Amino acid sequence: MNKQSRFILAVLAFGYAFLYIPLVSVVVYSFNDSKLATVWGGFSTRWYGELFRNDQVLDAAFLSLRIAATSATFATILGTMAGLVLVRFGRFKGRTLFSGMITSPLVMPEVITGLSLLLFFVSLHGLIGWPGQRGFSTITIAHTTFSMAFVAVIIQSRLAAMDESLEEAAMDLGGHPLRVVFDITLPLIAPAMVAGWLLAFTLSLDDLVIASFVSGPGSSTLPMYIFSKVKLGVTPDINALASLFILIVVVGLIVAWMAMRKTQTR
Amino acid sequence: MTDPTKPADFIRIRNVSKHFGDFVAVDGVNLDIGKSELFSILGGSGCGKSTLLRMMAGFETPTSGTIEIDGVDVTNQPPYERPVNMMFQSYAIFPHMNVEKNIAYGLRKEGIAKQEIIKRVDDVVGLVQLGDFRKRRPDQLSGGQRQRVALARALIKRPKVLLLDEPLAALDKKLREHTQFELMNIQDELGVTFVVVTHDQEEAMTLSTRIAVMNEGRFLQVGTPKEIYEYPNSRFVADFIGTINTFEGTVSRIDDNAMSVDCPELGGDVRALIDDNTHVNVGQQVCIAVRPEKIFISFEEPEDHEGVRAHGVVDDFGYFGNLSLYRIRLESGRTIQVSWQNQRRSAKRFVEWEDKVWVSWRPRSAVVIKGES
Amino acid sequence: MPQRTDKTWRRVTIAIPYLWLFVFFLLPFAIILKISLADPIVAQPPFTPIFDAQGRLSVTLDNFLFLLTDKLYAFTYLKSVFLAGAATVLCLMLGFPMAYGIARAQPAVRSLLLLLIVLPFWISFLLRVYAWMGLLNNYGAINNALMWLGLIDQPVQMMYTDFAIFIGLTYSYLPFMVLPLYATLERMDLDLIEAAQDLGASRTRAFWDVTWPLARAGVIAGCLLVFIPAMGEYVIPYLLGGPESLLIGRVLFDEFFVNRDWPLAASVAIVLLLLLVVPIVMLQRSQTGEAETAA
Repeated sequence: MNKQSRFILAVLAFGYAFLYIPLVSVVVYSFNDSKLATVWGGFSTRWYGELFRNDQVLDAAFLSLRIAATSATFATILGTMAGLVLVRFGRFKGRTLFSGMITSPLVMPEVITGLSLLLFFVSLHGLIGWPGQRGFSTITIAHTTFSMAFVAVIIQSRLAAMDESLEEAAMDLGGHPLRVVFDITLPLIAPAMVAGWLLAFTLSLDDLVIASFVSGPGSSTLPMYIFSKVKLGVTPDINALASLFILIVVVGLIVAWMAMRKTQTR
Repeated sequence: MTDPTKPADFIRIRNVSKHFGDFVAVDGVNLDIGKSELFSILGGSGCGKSTLLRMMAGFETPTSGTIEIDGVDVTNQPPYERPVNMMFQSYAIFPHMNVEKNIAYGLRKEGIAKQEIIKRVDDVVGLVQLGDFRKRRPDQLSGGQRQRVALARALIKRPKVLLLDEPLAALDKKLREHTQFELMNIQDELGVTFVVVTHDQEEAMTLSTRIAVMNEGRFLQVGTPKEIYEYPNSRFVADFIGTINTFEGTVSRIDDNAMSVDCPELGGDVRALIDDNTHVNVGQQVCIAVRPEKIFISFEEPEDHEGVRAHGVVDDFGYFGNLSLYRIRLESGRTIQVSWQNQRRSAKRFVEWEDKVWVSWRPRSAVVIKGES
Repeated sequence: MPQRTDKTWRRVTIAIPYLWLFVFFLLPFAIILKISLADPIVAQPPFTPIFDAQGRLSVTLDNFLFLLTDKLYAFTYLKSVFLAGAATVLCLMLGFPMAYGIARAQPAVRSLLLLLIVLPFWISFLLRVYAWMGLLNNYGAINNALMWLGLIDQPVQMMYTDFAIFIGLTYSYLPFMVLPLYATLERMDLDLIEAAQDLGASRTRAFWDVTWPLARAGVIAGCLLVFIPAMGEYVIPYLLGGPESLLIGRVLFDEFFVNRDWPLAASVAIVLLLLLVVPIVMLQRSQTGEAETAA
């Protein structure tokens, strides 16, 4: 082994340790019996039990899941349309503005997106009296807006890689353009739509900043609840919650990975 | 044939092996290549030819053995210190530099004065006829032009040896023939030693002064194209280069310069010559190999007593303009291939399907191959 | 190639996402701009309308002048640029060798390594930052380990410092650096590096002559993907930085929610956006370029 590859190996090892040590330490401390999160007080699963008896956590989690599922669905519909428009519709008036608007949310700092949407909702309320109360609907709209951009990008790359002659063949065989979209295009990009939905769902579940701006009093999402607690420092029940998150993601990814390998080897 | 005035030891490869884990890519190879030779290493994929080339270039270190170039042991020299340059199969043109910068790259690494670089770029660009393309970016070049950039980039370093990895594989058929002769002319003009790795036997035959046929990490035969074609020393070489008919048999009698071989597929004893290199004993298993173009076809039984003959039926034939190819089923049930030059239109009548014919060849047209492989 | 799509259907498909983005993305920006030009007042909403009671246009650049002249804000912007920049550099220094190693690994190992890079994406960002609170604490894992090793006798203050923000930014955005770099390095033709060596370049020289310039697109994309969100970061400075570690994202948040000075918060946002316009446009350029060469 030469010097160069030894250096690379060392950095790889360091990089992965850097990425995973924090996660591992959270999981370890979630089984800590002590109330002082930093002192080891023996093994215990009590914080997991407390988590499930905490109504605030459950309410916040339920709200977050509802918002995530709704906004992911809207984002997938709108993002798929946007992707189709950008890849298959050629030129039209205002295309530059459209593609600019689609890609901007991808790179916009969250504080700006959040602030602008809140100011918008406040102004809208002044004009038409809606939304009277900010919460589920405003957060869903905000999340739909920024995650549809991600869906559009995924759909766009899938469509770009797809052979357009399939659709042309369907039309050549007498398919009405609209039918062709439902018969040929959508089934072919379905995996990308699923991936887009999952990404939009995760983005929504993950978001703290935008939700903090556009939510009103009384409605807090799970990240907002977590944030309000961890502001004050490390707490054992949040360790347990974080560990649950990690568990779900790891299991989900392993299942997805194995499913992928299976289809690849077939 | 190697020029006797130039001893064939410009490159000396001694007992070179290369192992990748358990896999033996190159297995104790010895080879001498003379100055200004155009030497080809020929073999199928995975035979070890590319590994051998990469060891000569310095990208792989031999597990054992030594490589000498012009009297200097380069076995452990890194690629950038060897007097050797390589033309990659992919051509490996730097996509972020234009033609001129690509070609001048090697000289810039040597720290040569700018004036000198310009002059040498001019020379080599003229040599490979790229004058009009100096400022082009690589993505604006055709396959043939890219090949010439790669060649120029390697040649400008004035290497003692130029290694070419499948130099023509990326080109289409028409261009390949043209480029082949161009390569030969350039080699002739500069007198640089070329070592070509290829899987294409036709390419090796036309390009090379000598060929080494490689299989499973070893050389099976090293010789001029003619030697290898006319006197293959093994079934593998005979099969790999061109088409050949082979017949298993047992030596039944040995005379001064000829022998009889009992070949059941040919219906009995046939005559074959013994040359200086064939040492056989009565009762030994051998193989008679004869090229399709060395076989005659006739309606009547040939009169030559010494000749080998067999009777058969035309199974199939194809007309290719300059020649015709026949597949003839012998009485033993064995099918052989015969090619026939269509020179004489005067022939009484063409040989057609289902014709009963005699095939024959002179003993000196066949080769005797010992052993099984 | 334009498709022979039914006209109405085509218009509807364009119109729906177009309208959505226009209403929920573009209009809000116009409103930010408008409010940044207003004066704060104690009212609901807490800013002066753009047209006063007499219908005259009432705009003011006071907020922007204040941002320019007030030392605190200038300092905050500079500090944000500095911390985001430092984190970008560290991400690049770590991420490049990592991406290189992944791209050159055996295919089976490679997909596992990539999965491990992507996995943190799916775990809550907030909780990942939170994990560092436990590590950087005075009685956290790092201090305990260092004391156990005998390297220090007393805990080193790491939590609530700029160092903690710097580590948090690097940690959170490292995958954004690795992925685009991996994409370019994986596609690179290895023959090119060997060709450079063959022509007389040492390993190091070949890296700078060939690998680095050819990875440029990935380097640019990776750096921007780290730098842009790091500039506006709110959670990391809040949780890991001290009360005086003011980064723009946090100042904007506080200006809005704590001081309730909406016009000033809007101007802070506008200035942040102006700072980021150049990198954002660069990023979009590089991505459309990528998409075109990929197609």
